[in-house]
Amino acid sequence: MNVRELKTALNYDVDATERQRRLTRQALGAAPVVLFVLVVCIVGLQSERFVTRETAVQIMAQAAPTVVVAVGMTFVLLTAGVDLSVGALMFVGAGLAGHLAVAGWPLGLAAGVMVAVGVAGGFVNSVLVTRLGLMPFVATLAMLYIGRGAGRWITETRAINLPESFLVLGASSWLGVPTVAWIASAVAVAGQLVLSSTPFGRQLYALGANAEAARKVGVNTARVTAAVYIVSGACAGLGGLLALSQLGAVSPRFGELYEFDAITAAVLGGTSLYGGHGRVLPGTVLGALLLKTVFSALVSVQANPYLYPLITAAIIFTAVLVDTLRTRLAD
Amino acid sequence: MSTEASAATPTPPRVVLEGVRRSFGGVAVLRGVDVTIAAGEVLGLVGENGAGKSTLMNILGGDLQPDAGAMRVEGRAFQPRSPSDARNAGIAFVHQELTLFPNLTIAENLQLVRFPRRAGGPWINRTVSRRLAAQSLERVGLQRSPNTRVERLSAGERQLVEIARALDSDARVLILDEPTTSLGASERDRLHRLVRELRLAGLSAIYISHELHDVLRECDRIAVLRDGAVVATGSAGDFSVDSLVRHMVGREVRQLYPARRSSPALEPVLELRDVTRRGVVRGITFTVHRGEIVGIFGLMGAGRSELTRVIFGLDRHTSGEILLQGASLRGGPWQRIARGLALVTEDRRLDGLCLEASVADNLALASLRTLSRPPLGILHRTAVDAAVRQIGADVRLTGTADLEAPVARLSGGNQQKVVLGKWLLTRPRVLVLDEPTRGIDVGARAEIYQLLQRLADSGTGLLVVSSDLDELMGISDRILVMRHGDISGSFEPGSLERERLLRAALPASVA
Repeated sequence: MNVRELKTALNYDVDATERQRRLTRQALGAAPVVLFVLVVCIVGLQSERFVTRETAVQIMAQAAPTVVVAVGMTFVLLTAGVDLSVGALMFVGAGLAGHLAVAGWPLGLAAGVMVAVGVAGGFVNSVLVTRLGLMPFVATLAMLYIGRGAGRWITETRAINLPESFLVLGASSWLGVPTVAWIASAVAVAGQLVLSSTPFGRQLYALGANAEAARKVGVNTARVTAAVYIVSGACAGLGGLLALSQLGAVSPRFGELYEFDAITAAVLGGTSLYGGHGRVLPGTVLGALLLKTVFSALVSVQANPYLYPLITAAIIFTAVLVDTLRTRLAD
Repeated sequence: MSTEASAATPTPPRVVLEGVRRSFGGVAVLRGVDVTIAAGEVLGLVGENGAGKSTLMNILGGDLQPDAGAMRVEGRAFQPRSPSDARNAGIAFVHQELTLFPNLTIAENLQLVRFPRRAGGPWINRTVSRRLAAQSLERVGLQRSPNTRVERLSAGERQLVEIARALDSDARVLILDEPTTSLGASERDRLHRLVRELRLAGLSAIYISHELHDVLRECDRIAVLRDGAVVATGSAGDFSVDSLVRHMVGREVRQLYPARRSSPALEPVLELRDVTRRGVVRGITFTVHRGEIVGIFGLMGAGRSELTRVIFGLDRHTSGEILLQGASLRGGPWQRIARGLALVTEDRRLDGLCLEASVADNLALASLRTLSRPPLGILHRTAVDAAVRQIGADVRLTGTADLEAPVARLSGGNQQKVVLGKWLLTRPRVLVLDEPTRGIDVGARAEIYQLLQRLADSGTGLLVVSSDLDELMGISDRILVMRHGDISGSFEPGSLERERLLRAALPASVA
């Protein structure tokens, strides 16, 4: 007799339980899609201006920066880590780029600076986490404060208004789809390809599932972990560029709360906070679109703006609850 | 013209271990182990829990360093500093808890650090990957698509994937640790067939198991480990289940156990009536009387620790009744502590102590309510200090004049005394102990046995769960044996024979 036979003998139906759990897990995984369809249907019925091409285009444009940042965040979450500094990195990059733009630098160079700042910040995060062994939450939280402080110093807490050339990126579209959405899509596709078709990506999932086993099998866990923070930083920089090109100005609150939008989008899309599970496509992208659709819907039905934070909280709560249930069922 | 064939150079044995020693915190676990495994040979390794099997295999597998002794693999010195070293030398350890990644496919698991790539770029070549994985699976006889996610595989199939992974890295020696625990009958047969095939292909294996029939049937030679040394070794044909059991068990009782002074009263203090928890324990019925020490013996997985959790209220039982001094026990641990129940858990570092807190804080922990003054429940500091100092003396905490030191710094023996002191302060009617002397040196063990003895003499009922048969025989008035979730035997004083006890604990197919 062994464990399995023991459980059967004690009237514990092993197979049925496993099947039940798997089905429940899959059902939970479909929750975001169901939610999306539900929101669109309900609001669409209430306000005929909602289910239109204009709204769709608007949502795509608004979601673009979030998608890019969320792609980077997905990488980090897959390792059971988190990057709370992305918004702050966006701010520092934008502040720097803003000054350079006003001083006459071309868009391309300023854009490069933004991404570089993101990469640099991500590099610092990676050192804090892999070399100093800090918990990702703590390390990136520290970077968040440092970044916010640095950004405010750079912008002298005043808004910077960017020259026209920058707004072109944000306002233009190609084949009816905003340019920023194309860029975000390219990032999403690239991200998903790396995750599903490169050794690095697969090792990432292994690390998220069981870091100790991954190490034992020969995965360079330190290098893989460091890489995800750099990726997240780079995505933060790029996302900041997309946001900047739409807003046209760097206010002292630029990039605030982007980290939570990114995390929510990823978790809604099926990425587990516990690591090892999640996809950029369709997952995170869908999550970001869902988030922006809900908000667009709220605006459309002219909901009380004071409800917005409550709605955000409810969505985050639901997302994390679904994730926890799904993970517990997997054990 | 005849040419004399050159004398064949004798092939060195595949693995040689000589005089391997290892201690943990002063307690000797391996006392000079000598083992030899030839090429293409399957060696069965048997022994009670605590005999040193895991430690020995962890040393061979590169997870632990030996304190002394030498190892050779295929004639070359072998001193692995990590599991990778061991793997590179051809030692493949298939653990009881498998180390596959359930969120990846079979192919990805097999090739995680050696994916075939397209044209030197970063992209995985899925076609080649699938082909290579299919070949690996064929070698172990697993008929599943390489693109199947491991989470969808049964335990037996996962085990085959682990073996496939080992073979992929050119394993010369396969260590199988309790390989059949999670397998059904047909999967077990399949595993044994595979081992036989691999053996014919020249692979050596170490087969660790409590299923003695399997060991006798599948292994070429057997080594019996007892108390950290090999006490018997020979070809499988020279052994029988009886002789194996005898070798596993026979040892002299050391003068460790104090004589009992008073005999147990007739008044029941803890009663279990047909207690069942689905999937864990079934129909448990027994009584502990005032002043009695009841021992519970059994192998790992028998449900002993789970039973202690049910008694203490950490897990709910699905049917049956538990009575403390005649009244039904209900509620969670706090309610049961208030009624006079106490539990010393199996792993003091995990859930018995607050390691960074002081000795004094740990001692007072379960009694804070009784030491605090109404109406606000503020702790009566002087009372706490006095109580803590008294109990510290009662359990004979040695060398800790400083009760403010963090308990993590104490030796294992003193740490366990702190745990006991914490519970004694609550003046329990029933004290349940799970592996009370694990990882503790002989001196402290003797003191703990005396402490338990004094407790019983003063009227407390004790329930002691242990894998150490000697210990139970030395201190218990009565021993119950658990096997697979129920009680397989009850042994009264006078009929406490080691062999009978061990048989009652072994899987039914063996005993």
